[in-house]
Amino acid sequence: MGVNNHHETFPWKHIVGFIFSLLLTFAALWVALSSGLSAGAIIGIIVILAVIQASLQLFMFMHMTESDSGKIQTINMAYSFFIAVVVVAGSVWTMSFVL
Amino acid sequence: MKWSEFFVTGEPLIYAADVAIVLTIIGIVFVLTYFKKWKWLWDEWLTTVDHKKIGIMYIICAVLMLFRGGVDALLMRAQLTAPNMKFLDAQHYNEIFTTHGTIMILFMAMPFLIGLMNIVVPLQIGARDVAYPYLNALSFWLFFFGALLFNISFVIGGSPDAGWTAYFPLASNEFSPGVGNNYYAVALQISGIGTLMTGINFLVTILKMRAPGMTLMRMPMFTWTVLITCVIIIFAFPVFTVALALMTFDRLFGTQFFTMANGGMSMLWANLFWIWGHPEVYIVILPSFGIFSEIVSTFARKRLFGYKAMIGSIVGIAFLSFIVWVHHFFTMGAGPAVNSFFSITTMAIAIPTGVKVFNWLFTLRKGKIRFTTAMLWSLAFIPNFVIGGVTGVMLAMAAADYQYHNSYFLIGHFHYVLIAGTVFACFAGVHYWYPKMFGHLLNERLGKWAFWLFMIGFNICFFPMYFLGLMGMTRRMYTYAAGLGWTPLNVVATIGAVLMGIGFIVFCYNIYYSARYGERDMTGDPWDGRTLEWATASPPAHYNFPVVPEVTDLDAYWAMKKNGNGYEVKEEQLEPIHMPSNSGRPFLISIAFFIAGFGLVFKWFTLAIIAAIFIILGLILRSFDDDDGYYISVDEIKRTERLARKGA
Repeated sequence: MGVNNHHETFPWKHIVGFIFSLLLTFAALWVALSSGLSAGAIIGIIVILAVIQASLQLFMFMHMTESDSGKIQTINMAYSFFIAVVVVAGSVWTMSFVL
Repeated sequence: MKWSEFFVTGEPLIYAADVAIVLTIIGIVFVLTYFKKWKWLWDEWLTTVDHKKIGIMYIICAVLMLFRGGVDALLMRAQLTAPNMKFLDAQHYNEIFTTHGTIMILFMAMPFLIGLMNIVVPLQIGARDVAYPYLNALSFWLFFFGALLFNISFVIGGSPDAGWTAYFPLASNEFSPGVGNNYYAVALQISGIGTLMTGINFLVTILKMRAPGMTLMRMPMFTWTVLITCVIIIFAFPVFTVALALMTFDRLFGTQFFTMANGGMSMLWANLFWIWGHPEVYIVILPSFGIFSEIVSTFARKRLFGYKAMIGSIVGIAFLSFIVWVHHFFTMGAGPAVNSFFSITTMAIAIPTGVKVFNWLFTLRKGKIRFTTAMLWSLAFIPNFVIGGVTGVMLAMAAADYQYHNSYFLIGHFHYVLIAGTVFACFAGVHYWYPKMFGHLLNERLGKWAFWLFMIGFNICFFPMYFLGLMGMTRRMYTYAAGLGWTPLNVVATIGAVLMGIGFIVFCYNIYYSARYGERDMTGDPWDGRTLEWATASPPAHYNFPVVPEVTDLDAYWAMKKNGNGYEVKEEQLEPIHMPSNSGRPFLISIAFFIAGFGLVFKWFTLAIIAAIFIILGLILRSFDDDDGYYISVDEIKRTERLARKGA
């Protein structure tokens, strides 16, 4: 009934995850605005930074490893990946006639 | 900004609305003060986290929004009845079809279904509340204040006027300079956050809070459809959130995501809108399918035919719903490969939907059918929805769609699926679960009058639109020339719309009539129901079940009744019940959202920032909130249960 399991210890994991997320975000910002690299390199680097940050958040914030329902987590992740591909690749394909 | 720009001026209809709004507010304040009900309002409703009360509030708002959207519809029909009418001008007509569409989908259909979900799902799975009751209250109030923000636009600042799809470049500052489309972007964002939280809340509730013995394959069909709907909400709404945020940046801060110049892509808006928008129509149709499944099974006195096939179908529909969005803009010019792919996926949706239709028919076969009002709505749904579905497959053919696109043929199609699907389901669900909500039944005689008036009116109104479309009448035109041959069918359609309006009035009168004279439901099980919500009292005590029931079968309560005396509670089984505490914070946070939203609409950024600080303050206070709820003592449960049994 909405009762939170109280974590008695200080949430170090969340703080560390938060700081790393900030660092990765500012790194992406710097690469995009002032690194002076070519457009292709910038896009490549920020995509890699985004993937790192996404996985970081999954493990630091989303309790990926704490769940006892592993099957649901796997289906969930697979479906999320599928939707992400549909949204991104589908949009690029659909809009390719104006790109 | 001058006052004459702040308030909408120059239209007699608007002045009449101003007067009505002021009188309504004065009336509400007077009644609450005169009967000393302010404390009652705050304690029982504004701060409640009880899923049943939240559900009732959702449904009240949805009925009010059905009235608002219905008035919009009648104004449009009045304007289109005869050629060259001067009732509404082009601008006013644009605003009215925009608000009609937006309100009917986002502030009527969704909250109506979410209201029914709130009331029914925890009861059906034998839970005492949802997984996150506080979040549930926040969801509701965000929806409420989002809807309020959207609705005040027609008297303050001006309504959005670029269609419910708000296509760019029309919706950009260049072509829609007023604040109208700011309202669209901000109000939908606020209520959309609420919807997303509802999706998460009910997903967790259904996965984690089912009564012992209720495996996934013993869940009632309505709960199954809600589960799948939640998955769609969680995956589709973020796309809309992002698209609306980009729209807000474009309109308020001069970014160029969807503009014509500087590398903006106006068509990308249509693309993103429908990546959300198509799953959205399944968000409003899948729970409707669930409602019909429950009602058909109950009133045919048979177990639902093809339970597993039904589940397979809804999962299949949910999967396909994400890969059909381009069919909304075949004519955009994406080329044959793209159009063919989306044409095929669209037609494929007819397969699982057809499976469901046959399952309902086979459930009816050899059943002992009782023609209650709820059952009449459900039976009418099947043929009417099939008409909408078949015309949908016609529209799915990309080449043919170049003829049908944005004609009244399309208007006919989507009203046939949305009204015969969702609106019929809302009426059916309200009649079916009304005793569970309020402890008395809706009057059957008045219910049947409302049904026949509305259902016949619906067909008279929308069937001619298919032919108007084939004759060349396109959507969103505010008037037409005489001599096109469209007049007779338009007159017929308007007559149908008036009949639907009368049906709605009879429905509202029925609520009043039944509250005064309606039959009390003393048993908790007025329909000889099959699922757990009928096991407990009507209306249920706020803890729902004094003892959490054990589930042994699909149609859990039916099995209890067949194998024994139903759901019996012995006093020695009682234990203290843990319940969540009320909180006023969701309401207050949502007011802050409303004020921040209002500030953004008018670009009063100081106001928006101050209100945003209050939102963040609310979140911080929640983080340090140690209130774990409270326990209801066994004595109090005994007292409540004895009173319920006496029917007091």
